[in-house]
Amino acid sequence: MNKIDILIVGVGGQGVILASEILSDVGLKAGYDVKKSEIHGMSQRGGSVSSDIRFNKNKVFSPIIPAATADFILGFEKLETFRALPSINEKGIIISSDFRLDPMTVSTGAAQYPAAIEETIKKTHGKTYFFNEEGIVKKIGNPKAINIYILGALASFLEIEKDLWTDVIKSRVPPATVALNIAAFNEGMDIAR
Amino acid sequence: MEKKLLSGNEAIARGAWEAGVVLAAAYPGTPSTEILENIAKYKDIYSEWSTNEKVAFEVALGAAFSGKRSICAMKHVGLNVAADPYFTASYTGIEGGFVIVSADDPGMHSSQNEQDNRNYAKFAKIPMLEPSDSQEAKDFVKAALEISEKYDTPVLLRITTRIAHSKSIVELLPRTEAPQKPFPEKNPKKYVTIPAHARVKRAKIEERSAALAELSEEIPLNKEESGGTELGFITSGISYQYIKESFPEAAVLKLAMTHPLPFKKAGAFVKKMKRTVVVEELDAYIETELKARGITVEGKNVIPVLGELNTDIVRNAIKDIRPEKPAANIPVRPPALCPGCPHRGVFVVLRELGLRVVGDIGCYTLGVLPPLSSIDWQVCMGAGISMVQGIEKAWKDAPAEKIVGMVGDSTFFHSGITGLIDVVYNKGKGTLFVVDNSTTAMTGVQDHPGTGRTLMGEPAEKIDIKEICRACGVKEVYEVNPHDLDELYDIVEKAVASPVPSVIITKLPCVLLRFKAKERFVPIVIDQEKCIGCKTCLSVGCPALSFDTEKKKMIAIPFMCVGCEVCSALCPVEAHMHNGERIRPKRKHKIRGKK
Ligand SMILES: Cc1ncc(C[n+]2csc(CCOP(=O)(O)OP(=O)(O)O)c2C)c(N)n1
Ligand code: SF4
Ligand code: SF4
Repeated sequence: MNKIDILIVGVGGQGVILASEILSDVGLKAGYDVKKSEIHGMSQRGGSVSSDIRFNKNKVFSPIIPAATADFILGFEKLETFRALPSINEKGIIISSDFRLDPMTVSTGAAQYPAAIEETIKKTHGKTYFFNEEGIVKKIGNPKAINIYILGALASFLEIEKDLWTDVIKSRVPPATVALNIAAFNEGMDIAR
Repeated sequence: MEKKLLSGNEAIARGAWEAGVVLAAAYPGTPSTEILENIAKYKDIYSEWSTNEKVAFEVALGAAFSGKRSICAMKHVGLNVAADPYFTASYTGIEGGFVIVSADDPGMHSSQNEQDNRNYAKFAKIPMLEPSDSQEAKDFVKAALEISEKYDTPVLLRITTRIAHSKSIVELLPRTEAPQKPFPEKNPKKYVTIPAHARVKRAKIEERSAALAELSEEIPLNKEESGGTELGFITSGISYQYIKESFPEAAVLKLAMTHPLPFKKAGAFVKKMKRTVVVEELDAYIETELKARGITVEGKNVIPVLGELNTDIVRNAIKDIRPEKPAANIPVRPPALCPGCPHRGVFVVLRELGLRVVGDIGCYTLGVLPPLSSIDWQVCMGAGISMVQGIEKAWKDAPAEKIVGMVGDSTFFHSGITGLIDVVYNKGKGTLFVVDNSTTAMTGVQDHPGTGRTLMGEPAEKIDIKEICRACGVKEVYEVNPHDLDELYDIVEKAVASPVPSVIITKLPCVLLRFKAKERFVPIVIDQEKCIGCKTCLSVGCPALSFDTEKKKMIAIPFMCVGCEVCSALCPVEAHMHNGERIRPKRKHKIRGKK
């Protein structure tokens, strides 16, 4: 692929930024021009977080992915995945957790969590992969490795050497968690199967 | 050559290091904070968190006066605080290169206003560079230092959030030390701005401006990228990227030096084009200047004046496409005070007592949002103290409602102390909070004069807020743990009734610091049998609480809750458990009203 635009979305504290750091480093090592953009700088956890990562064999100009052109959405929470939908292109692939975390507005009753998000998305977007958060956490053994699991899922759709991924992951995660994270990555690579 | 992905802020830090800067000073502020955090990693540079932006500016200016290369960085509103030395530094000029980074925030991702600081360049007659990616951010630091030294002027490096926080590929170079100069000779005519000297310098500024205008025409950084002659763009900063993506074939005059502007170059470019559009975020800064010189361009007639631009906005504006906005009804997810945030207890008590609150800027500003809904006024750093004085005096010391003021610990040092002295000196009787969480939390937990540690990681004198208040003449100073709601309640009641000024320092570390210290937290558990689903505890606005709409029961999300028990003090039926025991608060706190 000449251009790959990836949007990662989630809630503050879920590891969106680390995932985007790893992903952009992989792109650089794979020989792409890379830009990445996110709005950060607020400390409090719990707000929506998103990161745009853009790879191009030629040149990336804007660091922000234009509407309806993202090739992938990686979602850490399904309401955030739903919110990100206008970004994806027709043939784009959506990989998302089925995890639900109510925003304060929903908990207080001021707003409602949209019903049947997974079904709604699947109706319009054929290439959608929702994974069961609880089941995957049980398999990989640590909720913190979900972000690496999702990267594994993404990697299964890209033609980037696996060693590149694992090298970058090793250099970015705490040393004590390398084995666990590599296992999570491998598990993610199986998502489409 | 080594290549790395760097954010604009990391690139500026790298640029300062490569260009031989020896001193850097800043006060944190999104989106500029990471510049100094990254400079601090280079041991060749002395770096500091200054008390506020004016101090940071003056520290760096001192270094520049003494012949050394220096840099200071601040968010856009920070330059308002530093404006006083900024304007006069234009008169004095410098000995060593001096760069001021202004990080503007179009779209107000994390700011109280959207001011366009390019106006500050023109206003103070100070040259300005605007990078459009990280490589340029790094390169322009060096270019700015060279312009500064050659033209004897401070230089403004103006970036925006998208430049500061986006990453792109940068080529790394080694550090080059700046040429060593002896300590400067006495030169009061240049550096002491008594009116007689300043008048002479005022005329010199006009000469310098003329020379800089020449430079802007010649400098290769202001460059034309040829295309057709139907449609041309004049642009700078991040907007350049949006043009290249939406109109890859069009001719572009890409401006890097945007004060002074290259009017001849722009005029010649416009002459070649059938239509020229100036594409810039925020004010019609370039457009207005060009039009004032009789250069016919379009600009804000099509390009929005509010907020950030992007590829879609620029393309649609130029092609006059009006896309339909999908009316998706998706609940927003605004940030909230973290679970266990020390500020939460303060707002629970203020709300219970029905007090009106003059707030300030920091994490605690989030106390304005429902369900806490506690803050009534907030403008800028420091106003959380001084405005209380204004309200009370205007109402002859007896406003219809009880008012309290509030600043954070970092804000107290930044600009709270002067307001406090005003209250004491002018016989105010305000009740003022310093919500002390031992850090500058909002911008990502930076140290400050009260934390006992410097930016470079050295232990430092811990400046005691209580002692400062006493030294300022405050007779009633209280210190209290904000999670002890009973004690806090009693203190606030007493302080509000008192006829003299009082300061209540609420002391408990920000939970992010406690996470960093690897503290272990035990979440509370809500007894599902006992919970009556009244949602009273949720009124503390904690993201760790979630209402199960099917079972009509509240739950505390185990991986989020830190067990601070603030919400538990509101439960009317004692349904909350902690460490296996039922939480039985001595007093039950209510949502609003005393009884
Ligand atoms: C003049 C100015 N400089 C910097 C900022 C950015 N800023 C907003 S809040 C804040 C820190 C507040 O720290 P503190 O008062 O301790 O409150 P906390 O966030 O820790 O609760 C900063 C630096 C600003 N808004 N205005
Ligand atoms: S970062 Fe610290 S001060 Fe800010 S909301 Fe979280 S706990 Fe509170
Ligand atoms: S005890 Fe209550 S207020 Fe404190 S973190 Fe847990 S849920 Fe939030």
